[in-house]
Amino acid sequence: MVGKDSLGIRSFRFLTGSLLIIWLVLPLIPLAIWSFAKGWFFPDLLPTHWSMRAWEYAFSDTSGVIDSLWLTIGISLAATVLSILIGVPAGRALGLYNFRGKQLVELMILAPIIVPGIAVVLGIHSVFISFGLNNTVSGVILVHLIPTLPYMILVMSGVFSNYDPAYEAQARTLGASPLKTFWYVTLPSIMPGIIVGGLFAFLVSWSQYVLTLLIGGGRVVTLPLLLFNFATSGRNDITGAIGMIYILPGIIILLFTARHLSGRNGAVGSFGQI
Amino acid sequence: MSERLKIFLMLVPALLVIGLLFFGGLFIGLMRSFNYMPVIGLTDPDLSAYLSVFTDREFYLSFLLTFHIAFTSTVISTVIAVGAALLLRRHFLGRAIVNFLFQLNLTIPHLVGAIGILYLFSQSGSFARLAAHWGMIASTSDFPALVFDPYAVGIILQYVWKEVPFIGVIVLANMQTIGEDYESVARSLGATRWQSFRYVLLPLIFPGMLSASVMVFAFTFGAYEIPAILGASFPAALPVLAYRKYTDVDLAARPEAMAMAIVIALLSAVMIYLYLRYSRKRIRG
Repeated sequence: MVGKDSLGIRSFRFLTGSLLIIWLVLPLIPLAIWSFAKGWFFPDLLPTHWSMRAWEYAFSDTSGVIDSLWLTIGISLAATVLSILIGVPAGRALGLYNFRGKQLVELMILAPIIVPGIAVVLGIHSVFISFGLNNTVSGVILVHLIPTLPYMILVMSGVFSNYDPAYEAQARTLGASPLKTFWYVTLPSIMPGIIVGGLFAFLVSWSQYVLTLLIGGGRVVTLPLLLFNFATSGRNDITGAIGMIYILPGIIILLFTARHLSGRNGAVGSFGQI
Repeated sequence: MSERLKIFLMLVPALLVIGLLFFGGLFIGLMRSFNYMPVIGLTDPDLSAYLSVFTDREFYLSFLLTFHIAFTSTVISTVIAVGAALLLRRHFLGRAIVNFLFQLNLTIPHLVGAIGILYLFSQSGSFARLAAHWGMIASTSDFPALVFDPYAVGIILQYVWKEVPFIGVIVLANMQTIGEDYESVARSLGATRWQSFRYVLLPLIFPGMLSASVMVFAFTFGAYEIPAILGASFPAALPVLAYRKYTDVDLAARPEAMAMAIVIALLSAVMIYLYLRYSRKRIRG
């Protein structure tokens, strides 16, 4: 880099960095405080009474919050696994090969990222009626694939475009079976991509609201649906508690995968390829 | 097995899922929007649903509002995100924290951010309480309406909160791949800081920045739950309007909802096409 930065520039960086930190944390603070508040009226800066009532409610059997948490985890895990199983081969085809109609295929796969979910889910709702998929968990998992799969394929095609299939050929000539080649050669080298793509797929499914609302028909109550209901009915304390529970799994997953998310993992940069 | 067959087999599952669900859903929506559904005896397609959508004043107001939300959020988020990425390339006190918060923020659903913004900026929210504490306002109604407001300030604030880290992470990854050699060369040849950013770095990070901001535009144009939590009820954002029509007790409004869904799909496709063309021209000059 060119020379040492002046004190002015360094303090400017520190200041803007601090502003960013405050702004990024800010919206979570009232949510956290509300979950421990018992009546918190204008213009009090902090609640006059603290209470664990909202948390007790959230963890009670009658509220259904914990059931909903497991249901949401199950749906997102299923959508992620399906996205990986379908997305890895598709990403390989798009990343490694050139073929006629490739651009059309890419456009088809990217279309769900561009076209809003609400524009397709109304039609899907009409079709799912005849298959009996409305109001079922399987229907919700299927419809979550629409937004998750394109991200997975996008990441994997980025990974495979920097991938050298010659290693596989070498393993094969040395006598490895196709399965062993996949397990010991291919899989380890695409693993960082699968982790990043899987993380994105999970989070995209985890945050779906309107697709679940319409296809689940109010029977498949995931955490965002529960959260939305409490938020719009003005129960701020319970909203705060459910909100905290809702963001926890994402944070836990992040702690396990953070090192893969840095700029040194090409998979993150591969989003820049629309 | 021939190579073409192999490629085909690798793509089939993905194309089946996207073809059946996404394009199938779009197609059925299209048919229903024309009042065409042979299964229930509707065999004469017509344009009445589109007619009532396009003669409704609320539709145009909703479109303008939704466009304003998507455009403003995308521009503000992109500019701040590039600035933040430039900041995060350098060492400074607190860099690790910003980095961590960027990634943390990626995991937090929009709905949570929307509720957080609601509790911060509503007329009885944290900022209104601070203003009252400092004697700047006497009652809640003195605080400016920043949520449920006609300019969608709260919605835009939420999107900026959530999308700056999204674009920032992608742009930063691109910057780290590119490295600083090109800029160093430019600087040593006498370019100013601004010139080496504008004419060297920006064109290099441009493709990644563009696709990230396209994703943000598409999302902010089509999202439902954020305007549903933070938006005014009239005019509502287009996705909220379409959902309302679809769940109307009057089933006759359903083709109208479908027509609106198709219009939303077309509009987002057209706008993204124009956006890509225009910005490519502007930046690459």
